[in-house]
Amino acid sequence: MAHGLTHLEELEAEAIHILRETAASYERPVLMYSIGKDSTVLLHLALKAFAPGRLPFPVLHIDTTWKFREMIAFRDATAARLGLDLQVHINRDGLAQGISPITHGSKVHTDVMKTVALRQALSAGRFDAAIGGARRDEEKSRAKERIFSFRDANHRWDPKGQRPELWSLYNPRVHPGESMRVFPLSNWTELDVWLYVWKHRLPVVDLYLARERPVVERDGALIMVDDDRLPLKPAERIVRRRVRFRTLGCYPLSGAIESDADTLEKVIEEMLLARTSERQGRLIDHDQSGSMEEKKREGYF
Amino acid sequence: MTLPTFTAGEDLRGWLERYERLQLLRVLTCGSVDDGKSTLIGRLLHDTGRIYEDHLKALEADSRVHGTTGGGLDLALVVDGLKAEREQGITIDVAWRYFTTARRAFIIADCPGHEQYTRNMATGASHCQLAISLIDARSGVTTQTRRHATIAAMLGIRHVVAAVNKMDLVDWSEARFREIEREFLGFCARLGIEHAVALPVSALTGEGVVRRSNVMPWFGGPALLELLEGVELPGPGDADPFRMPVQVVLRPHLDFRGFAGQVTSGDVRVGDRVRIMPRGTEARVARIARPDEHGGDLDRTQAPVSVVLCLDREVDCSRGDVIACFGGTSDMRVGRRIVADLVWMVDAPLVAGQSLLCRVGTRITPARVVRVIHRLKVDTLAHEPAESMALNDIGRVELECEEPVAFDPYRVSRGTGAIVLIDRLSNATAAAGMIRTGDPTERGAHWDDQALDSVTSPVSGVSAAERDARWAQQSCCVLLHGPPNTGKTKAAFSLERALWDLGHDAVVLDGQGMRSGLSKDLGFEPGDRSENLRRAAEVARLLMGQGRIVIMSFVAPQDDVRERARALLGPERCLFVHASDGFDVPGIVAKLAARGLIGRRTPA
Repeated sequence: MAHGLTHLEELEAEAIHILRETAASYERPVLMYSIGKDSTVLLHLALKAFAPGRLPFPVLHIDTTWKFREMIAFRDATAARLGLDLQVHINRDGLAQGISPITHGSKVHTDVMKTVALRQALSAGRFDAAIGGARRDEEKSRAKERIFSFRDANHRWDPKGQRPELWSLYNPRVHPGESMRVFPLSNWTELDVWLYVWKHRLPVVDLYLARERPVVERDGALIMVDDDRLPLKPAERIVRRRVRFRTLGCYPLSGAIESDADTLEKVIEEMLLARTSERQGRLIDHDQSGSMEEKKREGYF
Repeated sequence: MTLPTFTAGEDLRGWLERYERLQLLRVLTCGSVDDGKSTLIGRLLHDTGRIYEDHLKALEADSRVHGTTGGGLDLALVVDGLKAEREQGITIDVAWRYFTTARRAFIIADCPGHEQYTRNMATGASHCQLAISLIDARSGVTTQTRRHATIAAMLGIRHVVAAVNKMDLVDWSEARFREIEREFLGFCARLGIEHAVALPVSALTGEGVVRRSNVMPWFGGPALLELLEGVELPGPGDADPFRMPVQVVLRPHLDFRGFAGQVTSGDVRVGDRVRIMPRGTEARVARIARPDEHGGDLDRTQAPVSVVLCLDREVDCSRGDVIACFGGTSDMRVGRRIVADLVWMVDAPLVAGQSLLCRVGTRITPARVVRVIHRLKVDTLAHEPAESMALNDIGRVELECEEPVAFDPYRVSRGTGAIVLIDRLSNATAAAGMIRTGDPTERGAHWDDQALDSVTSPVSGVSAAERDARWAQQSCCVLLHGPPNTGKTKAAFSLERALWDLGHDAVVLDGQGMRSGLSKDLGFEPGDRSENLRRAAEVARLLMGQGRIVIMSFVAPQDDVRERARALLGPERCLFVHASDGFDVPGIVAKLAARGLIGRRTPA
């Protein structure tokens, strides 16, 4: 550990090492791409890990059909620009049943269109390793998750039966049907991610920057009206506000914050002065204490 | 979970540049149940940064339900993340925490102290440079404390801090603190921990944690955070040997073949000579490749950067191999047998004959447990003989890999000296290990190492004939060997006296003498004993080059190793005597005379 690297360089070296271990240890790895800032950094590091070679695995997006339109456009443009093997999976059964965050609530929608969809995609693709951009500082149950996090044949996580993980000698072994979730950004903080985006001038979805956008105020959150599927309650009115998003997901479940931060630097500055965490705007975490742990046990990322 | 402090209106770019350049310190925290460890970490996070309001709200809600502070803010709950932990009020698994101050970035590996403590401790310690051991001022140094210090030392942590907590409950007593400090530092000294220190704190009130305490004016040392910020980390070590385990071979097109990996030790420059281990094929580094969009090629790189190396010739090199520097003492060892200190981490015991998968660097190879050498009694640090190892046991074993592997002793290089053992059926991670040495009969013991080509043996101006004329002797070696306490050394000095009285010139080399200096880095494992005898034999060779009779007294229990010494010194000049034959000094003198190695001294 004797070296003169900065902490960001050290985190980068660690992430690249993990990405290469994954490519070398599995037959069918896949990189989960959620279009957000963490995915952006993850994708950049993956390309760097194998340069001048190509990315040795496909990139998978689980589309709930309720993502912001700008996210989908950004996703497709990124895939075209970088020549990615992009695979998009939608839970067609859920779609046929008309599952939506509006009629079924965040819990059912997330479960069917995200968690079940993810399990479907991983099974269909016979992927034995799924690389994700989750960070340990995001949420308390994530703080205890391994970098190589084992999943049984039903994609379940057993927080109390995790393999000890020593040095960077990862134990990648799985039986047929079992799989591994791999988290190269485990040791990054939200600030590290933004700093890396800023330093390397990585393009991010414009929704992170403050713009005037149409929103409604609902249950104390500002919800952007991204298309005509959002039914308005009697007292609700669409207003234009200068807002941005700290995390991106399904638009009816993502709370915007009022902001003037229209550059990356201002976004970082605002984050440093923020009083609430990035997950505050995510409606899915608030159902109950320990809800993330429950979701993760069921196969959520 | 918390944010570093940034004040509105501050220059952001300058702040970010400083933040980016912060050095990372990885800290382990360990303690027994109820030592207040979670509270201490909660205190560090709470007092150095800002906890987001939504997290604080959740914390307040949790404190009301699960808290142990009568509904007040229970900082321990910042840390305990899993449902079962909050319900049971215990920490189950290693938890990772992140915080930053103006001077450093910190990652905390928070290790629970109860069941699975050894396994969790070892896991955390493998990632850390400093360990904080929580001690309850009321209970003092316990078995757990000793266990934590032992594991930290085994895993090569050089900085160990005892945070003597709950000082508020012992009336901030200096006498109590000094008592604990003495005992703790004494134990650390026995473990060979270089930097051990004790600090008085109260995590509950915050005294001595982030700021120095006013209620303990008798303590002149730093607050815990001050110490963490100030600990000096070793800079890039010139002496560290270059090692890069190969992870992936990149072949994007016919003109490019790059070896991707993370440098685990040392540094490398374009043009450096390297070897592909374990085969030993030599090559030069042609490029440290980086595409233009990632900053272009490098001239030099160092640990722990992840890089792509191109070599100047076509060599056989793939995942599992190590690209390494060589020459002198920087050679990697190669062999099928390794001796390692293990922490056993699964329920089923380890037994001799068992087959496992062994991961060294990027190579995973089947390995068999040859034998358990000993088990460590953590309380007394005594080695006890053992046939097996149970969950959470610490011990030393000899392993035999199915194929030759390249490795280093753990103390030389962590990246190539650490191993993980994997159960072949369940795929469970069964053990973590630190390599001590290789097999004594394999080249790891240096017997077969070649001196550099440039080394020549100087010639003395005094001829062998002149020496013979003065001392009436041929240079030769007498080795007295056998178990301890069989009178080897006493016999060696009697023999020296006898030869002296006859007018000859003899020198005694004994095992204790070697270990007091030249071999003080060695232990008593087969590989270490082999190396000790090799060094003694090399000293004897130099002395014999100048006409001396060398009397060696060593345990030297390994037949094959003694035969190597005999071969090195020349069988015709060696007389080896085992304790069971009795050390009959006049008899030995007679034998030397009979072989013509000593004669009657002609008066000058």
